[in-house]
Amino acid sequence: MKETFDVAIVGAGPAGISAACVLADAGIKTIVIERGEFPGAKNISGGVLYGHDLAQIIPDYAERGCPIERNIIESRIWYLSRDGGYSLGYRDSVFAEGRKHNVFTVGRARFDRWLAGQARQKGALVVPGTVVVDLLRDGGGRVTGVITGREDGEVRAKVTLLADGVNSPLAARAGFRSEPGPEDVALSVKEIIELPEEDIDQRFGVTEGNGVTTEILGAMTAGMDGVAVIYTNRNSLSLSIGANLADFAANKIKPYELMEAFKQHPMVAPLIAGGKPLEYTAHWLAEGGFDAIPRLYGDGYLIAGDSAMLFNALHREGNNLAMASGKMAAETIIAAIKHNDFSRESMAGYGKRLSESYVLRDMKKYRKFGRFLHQHGEIFDSLPRLAAFAGREMLTVNGVSKKDKQRLIMQEIRRETSLLRLARLLWQGWRSVK
Amino acid sequence: MNVRIEDKLFLDRFKVDEESHLRIIDGEKCLQDCPEQPCLYLCPAYVYRLEEERISVHHEGCLECGSCRIACPHLNIEWRFPKGGFGISHKFG
Repeated sequence: MKETFDVAIVGAGPAGISAACVLADAGIKTIVIERGEFPGAKNISGGVLYGHDLAQIIPDYAERGCPIERNIIESRIWYLSRDGGYSLGYRDSVFAEGRKHNVFTVGRARFDRWLAGQARQKGALVVPGTVVVDLLRDGGGRVTGVITGREDGEVRAKVTLLADGVNSPLAARAGFRSEPGPEDVALSVKEIIELPEEDIDQRFGVTEGNGVTTEILGAMTAGMDGVAVIYTNRNSLSLSIGANLADFAANKIKPYELMEAFKQHPMVAPLIAGGKPLEYTAHWLAEGGFDAIPRLYGDGYLIAGDSAMLFNALHREGNNLAMASGKMAAETIIAAIKHNDFSRESMAGYGKRLSESYVLRDMKKYRKFGRFLHQHGEIFDSLPRLAAFAGREMLTVNGVSKKDKQRLIMQEIRRETSLLRLARLLWQGWRSVK
Repeated sequence: MNVRIEDKLFLDRFKVDEESHLRIIDGEKCLQDCPEQPCLYLCPAYVYRLEEERISVHHEGCLECGSCRIACPHLNIEWRFPKGGFGISHKFG
């Protein structure tokens, strides 16, 4: 494969393929190199995608057969204790009609394959089954292409876009970013549970291809800093649960045991009852936030998506940031090709575009949120217990006056913590996201 | 809790390369200098198992998350991606 391209892209996920679509549309000779046996074979996410960012790449995606599982009309948040939990949700018919596909669920094996197909139709070359093992550089250190695991596997390119995901030994080896420490990522395991479409409709109170997302905090991560989600697909549910990798290591908790306990939780078990497990996967979430973002470009290269640690941990947004950053990388490359300048200075337009967009503005806004969660273990331990105690007491009708119940709850709060500490927690939480 | 990881991995599609993409660099270190041995717990596919006198590596069920590589206290695991097209292939993703 001793061919020369304008652009070599590592990784056929939302970032790399979005860039490939924009570049191919501009008539730029682009190759995408993917290690999986097909685009999507190695890719996972919680399972939601965002129509706005996809439409920037493929405006008529719905007509082009985008494999949408369910259109999301309701977002729920749960705060769980061991035996129950609080539930809060917002549903709006605008998401079924006027703002349809604001959020929808996908299976990434099918979705990424479809998206790569769109890039191929536009003229990009997508080569699966090929691992990029290193980068080519000239004497001055400028990146001039990639080295693949194939024989004669050098691919020369004017610009290389790294879009190979959060687990990127390549980025670390190339010195683009340091290898994350265990405290910088969350390890999440995911199970797909098959259920008849009508059962899902009934259990979640939806019809006609609509669905619900549920984001979950609380005791089910066994005191570790983590989250779980339940997303509705057409005839399956996506269950994910994960926690900070350093917490997993310190607590000696096995991820699959955490998943199994989660599935038995009294608020989860009825939703998956009778379901058949279809797949079990694992992946990191780049939870380091704004401060974990590496230098995003240099001489002859750019980094986009998860490889660049672009992930909004509070809103669980990732693949929209990947698509948006891929598009902005492509726009920067198009300008660089026009001026025939692939230096670091020429790539700086990428950093500027990202800084002015919602991508880096959102990440900056929440830069302290990850640290806030990690420094307040009580959110995953004593607070779910107290919240459950309060809920239980207030809802138990047993002849005790409400005033006395309130006193009992206050007593319990004081035993575990203090009102001042609670107030400080709320204040710091607010400050970390404001 | 008693969970059989084999039941979970059985759901997945693997194209197994006989040659392992994971390797413990110095096996002695795991036994002599690593009382925590976090790889035995945090690997979501139970790739690392404590045998009588060594930790064995069952690469064929690896989910390719990378956790063992960065969580090993001695960075004692050589971790590569499986060769192109090998390893796990997601059905749903």
